[in-house]
Amino acid sequence: MTASLTLVLVMAVLFGSGVAVMMERSLTRIVIGFLLVGNGVNLLIYLMSGAPGIGPILGEGVDESEITDPLPQVFILTAIVINLGLTAFLLALLYRSWWLAQLGTMGDLVDDSAELAEDAEETAGLIRSSADDDRAVHELLETSDERGTSP
Amino acid sequence: MTSAALVPLVVLLPLLGAAAALILGRHRRVQMLVSTGVLTAVAVIAATLLFEIDRSGTGVAVTLGAWPAPYGIVLAVDRLSAIMLIISALMLLGVLVYAVGQGVADRHRETPVSIFHPTYLILSAGVFNAFIAGDLFNLYVGFEVLLSASYVLLTLGGTGERIRAGVTYIVVSLMSSLFFLSAIALIYGATGTANIAHLSVRLAELPQEVQLILHLVLLIAFGIKAAVFPLSFWLPDSYPTAPAPVTAVFAGLLTKVGVYAIIRTETVIFAENDLTVLLMVVGGLTMVIGILGALTQADIKRLLSFTLVSHIGYMIFGIALSSVLGLTATVYYVVHHITVQTTLFLTTGLIERFGGSTSINRLAGLLAASPYLAILFFIPALNLGGIPPFSGFLGKVGLFVAGADVASGTDAAGEIGSGSSVPAWLIWAVIAAGALTSLITLYALTRFWNMAFWRGRDELEGYDSALLSSVQEAPDGGVVTATRTTPWLMVGATTGMVVLTLLLTVFAGPLFNLAGRAAENLREPSVYVSLVFPGGVE
Repeated sequence: MTASLTLVLVMAVLFGSGVAVMMERSLTRIVIGFLLVGNGVNLLIYLMSGAPGIGPILGEGVDESEITDPLPQVFILTAIVINLGLTAFLLALLYRSWWLAQLGTMGDLVDDSAELAEDAEETAGLIRSSADDDRAVHELLETSDERGTSP
Repeated sequence: MTSAALVPLVVLLPLLGAAAALILGRHRRVQMLVSTGVLTAVAVIAATLLFEIDRSGTGVAVTLGAWPAPYGIVLAVDRLSAIMLIISALMLLGVLVYAVGQGVADRHRETPVSIFHPTYLILSAGVFNAFIAGDLFNLYVGFEVLLSASYVLLTLGGTGERIRAGVTYIVVSLMSSLFFLSAIALIYGATGTANIAHLSVRLAELPQEVQLILHLVLLIAFGIKAAVFPLSFWLPDSYPTAPAPVTAVFAGLLTKVGVYAIIRTETVIFAENDLTVLLMVVGGLTMVIGILGALTQADIKRLLSFTLVSHIGYMIFGIALSSVLGLTATVYYVVHHITVQTTLFLTTGLIERFGGSTSINRLAGLLAASPYLAILFFIPALNLGGIPPFSGFLGKVGLFVAGADVASGTDAAGEIGSGSSVPAWLIWAVIAAGALTSLITLYALTRFWNMAFWRGRDELEGYDSALLSSVQEAPDGGVVTATRTTPWLMVGATTGMVVLTLLLTVFAGPLFNLAGRAAENLREPSVYVSLVFPGGVE
């Protein structure tokens, strides 16, 4: 099996840097690491198709032995779609957990200090503006308020 | 052929049902009808398939899109797949009814129900797809479908604890998926195919060292999903925070999909590569370390999560035996464990609603308050602990007898691998570990029974007992909620599941025979190969 050295190196760099980034506890870094390693795996699959040939479309005058192996490309395509979906979910999760981290603790202190509550609401205003989202913030503040007063 | 036409429906129906349920998000009753109807249909199809396949003896293989076997997507159902399909369909149905009961009772509480049904059906589609996948990449897709759905279900509502638990679970699952995908790439590079039946033939032609590496990468990926010992740390931290029905499905099914994949790996894909010693050691460690974790848990959900990890060890032990009886007992044990673990988590959900807590330190007097709930907990608890005559006892006895046969040389093991290299003392040691695990499980569950059900409500204040000296609360301190009603639908679904566990006991004979026939097929990888390649592999 022949493989392009450049692609092998790129794959190794993607794997290495991805794993290194993921070693941190921060969720953002994990998402970035996942993207890097995910693409590294995609390259790995691509490398497994061997030496590049002509496009894998069978027709008149096309020698079957000269075409590129199409299966790894199908695999990659599927893997890319899956990775895209998962990344979208991860970003939503990231946003949500950051949101909770920002407002969750602030919300708990609303009773003690009005200033902090104002800060929290201000942050909320900066982050989101639509009516729906404001309602979500108020709900969040209310629930954490309840939790704070009835331990 | 009719049964071949039925196979794709197993995946297609839940997916179409999910789409319909999503569209019908505003009409809750129709949505419920769609999802229960779809799962009932799948259960009926699975029963038909099991009946047909058991009669014909081999199985059904369907090539999709008219592409011939090694290139196109192959769906292959043999006895093992059919057994897994029917039990998971029944279990998913039971839990769905329970969830509907809960959703009706807690209208607009913490969970947005309109996305629960579609996600649940997609999870089902992923599980079913994994069971009938005929090539590794399709298995990967099945895993991804069920995992993506499980991420959504686990973080449903997006509360702080669920996000925190969800992050652990999602990151670990992503890692295992990347491992799996890399394993597929490497295997494809080594053999030029991802078709399981094709791999069974082609991998055997590779040098043993190359096989070993590929085998290990694949086992790590499946081991994380199945929560086998050194890779099981994530499970008890992530499952308990989800809503009761979600935890029940995860605990009952998701790890078993991993176990199923390991069975396939050991019996068909890497039939010629022997890792039985490693599996034996890992199985023993999973049992003992898992159950020792359960001992210190005050929270019943966490306790059950640890017993779940621990009992995966029994199945790994059975797979490692790789004798017909060992695999028979494993298949039976998987079926038993899916139902009993799910039932216990459903009952826990009822306990939480009724008692307002899941902590052993806060629950008391439940027997007097609700004798029926006590029965619903007591039967599966004894079953899980392995008390005769329940199915847990039968499964464990089957595994121990199989182990003793292999250890004493009366059953020629290792015909799958290149000759079993497991020393007899190791098998005896794992059997001892299994017996010990069973006893400790019983201890942990009866302790919970004593405290939550037998202890009087008035004794709760200032209660001091040696039994409770070592238990630790859950990290979130075991949230106390107001007691809520237990709707009849939830109780009914739980009762149905308890009855199912009892049926597994009553019909243990025929079931064990069926599992035996499935195991005989598993012992002959050529059966699976000829199923997908009727004309033989080129």
